[in-house]
Amino acid sequence: MSNYILYAITILLLVISYYKDKKKTKMALKKAWKSFENILPEFLGVIMLVGVLLSILNPQVISKIIGNSSGWVGVILAAIVGAITLIPGFVAFPTAAMLLKNGAGYMQIAAFVSTLMMVGVVTMPVEIKYFGKKITIMRNILAFIFSFIVAYIIGKVVYGV
Amino acid sequence: MKKLLERYRFFIITIIAVLILTAINAKIGFKAFSIAGYSFKEMSLVIPPVFVLLGLLDIWVPRETMIKYMGEGSGIKGIILSILLGSAAAGPLYGAFPIAAVFMKKGVKFSNILIFIGAWSTTKIPMFLFEMSSLGSKFAITRLLIDIPGIIIIAYILSSMVSKEEVKKLYENAENL
Repeated sequence: MSNYILYAITILLLVISYYKDKKKTKMALKKAWKSFENILPEFLGVIMLVGVLLSILNPQVISKIIGNSSGWVGVILAAIVGAITLIPGFVAFPTAAMLLKNGAGYMQIAAFVSTLMMVGVVTMPVEIKYFGKKITIMRNILAFIFSFIVAYIIGKVVYGV
Repeated sequence: MKKLLERYRFFIITIIAVLILTAINAKIGFKAFSIAGYSFKEMSLVIPPVFVLLGLLDIWVPRETMIKYMGEGSGIKGIILSILLGSAAAGPLYGAFPIAAVFMKKGVKFSNILIFIGAWSTTKIPMFLFEMSSLGSKFAITRLLIDIPGIIIIAYILSSMVSKEEVKKLYENAENL
């Protein structure tokens, strides 16, 4: 759905741009291609890595890791699993819901969802290209730590203080 | 040719790794290939419009405008705009990095770029609705309320950790991306 909106907006703007200035539009498309071609090798590598990780770490395996263990050990494991894997949200949330049904706690799921979305070890090569090593590593570490705060607060809110 | 091999080295290594994995365990190997194929399909849907929009933004929006709304001295306005832009986005986190590069070119304040990245990663509006339906509104709303200050705090910690020269270097690097 959001894809359609994205395409509609892009096409509309492209038409307006072409109508206003053909030359500038051509330049914009050239720039678009150049920046895409520039990052393509990293994109392809990351996609392969995601393929390997998801083929090994399927929901059953994840469920086993954080299903039986409760408390902070479970939270730490959930955070680590979330940090390496990279699942799009529309797969991640139903997966998380399924894990909850299989007996994982809300705190573990909060840590999992949080690192899943904010920390990306496999996407680091792409991030480093734009932000450099220092910022990339620190951003991921801070987001990782932050996920524990999220887990703690969600645990308090959902179970009641 | 040599340069091409060098650029795609990482990708080639991952392919070899999956081939080895397939030799060891065919089932997992094929699954890895099919998941990679699925991700590739998904990426090829989201990526073209994102990059075309980037090209248009780069050509049509003057640097001065971007600086005024999101540059140094844009204050709270810049922070709110960064969160809104990041939250309205679609697509995986790596789609946000090329946009960050254009922001750098246009003179957007570094902390605002980091806020944008943070918002893109975790407070996306379409995803929020989805999260509410699958994990419950208490979970989703609590997470959103913690995430917004969290993103801003992380952005400020990060930008306080790098010197002006380092930021300048990143911005110069963005010119070539």
